[in-house]
Amino acid sequence: MTYRAEVFVTLKPVVNDPAGLTIKGGLHALGFDSVREVRAGKYLVLTLDADDEDQARSRVEEMTRQLLANAVIEDYRIELKVPSPSGGGQGGGLRT
Amino acid sequence: MNTGIVVFPGTWSDRDCAHALSDVLGQPARYVDHREERLDDLDLVILPGGFSYGDYLRCGAIARFAPVMEAVTDFANRGGLVLGICNGFQILQEARLLPGALLRNASCEFRCEWVNLRVEQSESAFTLDCRPGQVLRIPISHGEGNFFADPQTLEAIERNGQVVFRYCAPDGRVTAESNPNGSLGNIAGIANAHGNVVGLMPHPERACEDLLGSTDGLALFRSAIHALDRVAV
Repeated sequence: MTYRAEVFVTLKPVVNDPAGLTIKGGLHALGFDSVREVRAGKYLVLTLDADDEDQARSRVEEMTRQLLANAVIEDYRIELKVPSPSGGGQGGGLRT
Repeated sequence: MNTGIVVFPGTWSDRDCAHALSDVLGQPARYVDHREERLDDLDLVILPGGFSYGDYLRCGAIARFAPVMEAVTDFANRGGLVLGICNGFQILQEARLLPGALLRNASCEFRCEWVNLRVEQSESAFTLDCRPGQVLRIPISHGEGNFFADPQTLEAIERNGQVVFRYCAPDGRVTAESNPNGSLGNIAGIANAHGNVVGLMPHPERACEDLLGSTDGLALFRSAIHALDRVAV
C-alpha cells in the first residue's frame, strides 16, 4: 500500500525564531499590524510503501526522530493520509 | 601529529585546514573522504567548514549519517582528538558528540568578519597552549552559528567548564555588542566532557599567518600537538 505522510517540523516554543520575527516585521511593514507572532517551520511530504497504516505511521515516526527533526530544538507533528477502502476517486482517495 | 581532514560534498574549508597544518605547521595531513570507514592512522580529525550536502534540512543533518561519521564517533569515544569548525561544529552537534544546537543568526544575516574570542579554559585538547582569559582574534563566516541549548543543558555545560570560547570585546569583556549571532552566553565554542572533542564557529585555520591578519588560530593546532605529546609521555 502506498501512503502519504505530511510532517510538520517547528521550532520549540522556547527557541527563538529569527526568521519568524523577520517575517512578522515584513507583515507589519505591509500594514498587517494585527499579527502578534509568526513562527516559521518546515513542511515535508513523504510518499512511502507500507503493509498497513500502523507500519507506515511508525516508520515515519522513526524517520522523523532520526533525521527529519532535531529534538534539541524542534517539535514535529505527523499526518498520515491513507488510501480509502474503495480505492478512491479523483483526488478524493485520501483521508487524514 | 597525523591529521585527517574530512571532506563531505559541499565542504569548502578543507584546503585551508590542510594548508595551515602542512604548510604552516609542517605536520602531515591527508583528506578523508566521507565514505571512508577507517581512521586508524590519525591522531586528529578535523571536520572543516562549508555547506555539507547543501545544508539541506538542517546544517549538518545529512553529513551526520555519512559512513565516515561512525568512524569519527568511534575515534572520539576512544579519546581521539576531534575539531569541528563551523559546519563541522554543526555536524558534531547533530551527531550528539557535542551538546546543543546552532540556530540561524539572530540578525538573519550571514556574518563574515573578525571577532575576538575569550579563552574560557585551558583544559581542552585545543586550548592547552592558551591561558584562561586570553583573547584570540579569529574570523567567523556563517549564517547559522547562534548557539542554543535548553536551560538544564546550558547550566551543565557551564558548570562542567565545557565552554571553551566566548565572543568578547578586544579587552576580553563579554558584551552584547561583541556577540555576532545571538549565541546564548556569547558561546562560540564548546568541548565534550573529556575535552578531546571541540567545536567552534570561528575559523582558526584562517588565522594562521601574518599575511592573513592574525596567527592566533595556530594556538588551537599547537595545543593539539602538545595534547598528543602529553598522552605519549
